[in-house]
Amino acid sequence: MSWSQAELVAAAYGVVFVFVLVYVAIIAAKLVRLQRETAELLEVARGREAVVRSTAAPVGEVSEGV
Amino acid sequence: MGLALILALIVAPEDADQGISQRIFYIHVPIALTAYFCFGLGAWKALLLLWRGDERNDLESYVAIHQGTIFGALTLITGSIWARASWGVWWTWSSNQLVLFLVLFLFYCAYFMLRFSLEEGARRARSSAVYALFGVVLIPISFLAIRLADDFIHPTVFVREGPQMTGTMFATFCLSWAAVTLLAYVLYRVELAGKRLDADLRELREVLQ
Amino acid sequence: MIYFADVAALTRKDLRVELRARDTLPAMLLFVLSTLVVFHFALPEGTGDDAAYGLLWVAIVFTALLGLARAWVPEQEHGVLDGLVLAPSDRSAIWLGKTLATLAFLVAAQVVALPAFVLFFAPLDATALAGVLLADIGICAVGSLMAAMAAASRSREVLLPLLVLPLAIPLIVGGVGAAISPEGGRYLLLLALYDGAFAVLSWASFEYVVTE
Repeated sequence: MSWSQAELVAAAYGVVFVFVLVYVAIIAAKLVRLQRETAELLEVARGREAVVRSTAAPVGEVSEGV
Repeated sequence: MGLALILALIVAPEDADQGISQRIFYIHVPIALTAYFCFGLGAWKALLLLWRGDERNDLESYVAIHQGTIFGALTLITGSIWARASWGVWWTWSSNQLVLFLVLFLFYCAYFMLRFSLEEGARRARSSAVYALFGVVLIPISFLAIRLADDFIHPTVFVREGPQMTGTMFATFCLSWAAVTLLAYVLYRVELAGKRLDADLRELREVLQ
Repeated sequence: MIYFADVAALTRKDLRVELRARDTLPAMLLFVLSTLVVFHFALPEGTGDDAAYGLLWVAIVFTALLGLARAWVPEQEHGVLDGLVLAPSDRSAIWLGKTLATLAFLVAAQVVALPAFVLFFAPLDATALAGVLLADIGICAVGSLMAAMAAASRSREVLLPLLVLPLAIPLIVGGVGAAISPEGGRYLLLLALYDGAFAVLSWASFEYVVTE
């Protein structure tokens, strides 16, 4: 198979471009995963906050009464 | 940052006095230099880790070497294409730089093998750091060795005419070098931030559950 | 000097363990001799001496790897390394002791292997022998550190050659060059430079590899 010089130059730049593209795609996939995990943790934190508030309220009244 | 990259990519191939294959030079050499720089940065962070004992340096060293290996692989590929363009073969053992990069590529792949087969912790950080330091000592010694090896593997010296760079060519080269360095730096920060975020999230999860 | 007394004691301990158990040196000997016989069949007729010198270096490097893979096994099996690390001596003495012991095994294996090489294949001159000795020092110095690293990992048998081979490439260049080049002195210089640089680096960094 013979390649012209111009094609080889294009290939060199193309390879670099594809590498960077793949890299960015991997980072993007990772970002999506991190975002999902953050959302999950946020849910957990919100749930816990609600539990804390509902259990903490009576305690607060008692301490105010004293 | 993005503007500089686009500018470099459009401006870079502007002059092709010495045949179009000369254009590969503008991407190949900056990438190679950046790879060296990344390996050096990784070793420097490794030295800081061993010296000061700051755990943050472990991740920084790892990410720098990861970048270096990616750029090293790119150097091999673009170098191989350059060899095809100027000498008509996909691989030549007479190009010292290419052989050196092959050795370094193998070495740093072993670095990842080492890292992934050790238990996470301070000992892994230190072992990786020591290996990273071996890398920067290996670079000059391998280069010397490969230069010497040329004498008996290729008795006839391969003469490549030193390209006399004109002003524009030199400017283009510098610009593309700056652009590639910038690209490497941005990728380095992004990957580092991602890895740190990952670690933080894991910790947060443990705290919450 | 206490430091050298420690080193000597550690080296003696390794040699004595080997004399009693005999599981490294006979293996290395048998391996290098079988390799040489395999090479006879791997080399086509009339390839010349240069190819044989190249293969000699393959044999040396893999024999060294075989010895290095066993280097820390006694310590691992009996948990001696933790004790040594805690002992009130300089930790680099452990590395130096192990390097000297491994070097002794490798040289002992070559005392048999090199005459066999001369008998089977091609003569070796003084420069080539000096090259072998210098490369032995280099590979043992680097290898005993790498073996300590690999010993702590999950995949130690596989990992060690991967870690050592890229680092051994300058040694092979120097060794082969010393054997076949008319100006062997330059290659000996390269080997000496390698030994100096990596011995100092290994000596200084061993402590970080073994402490928890």
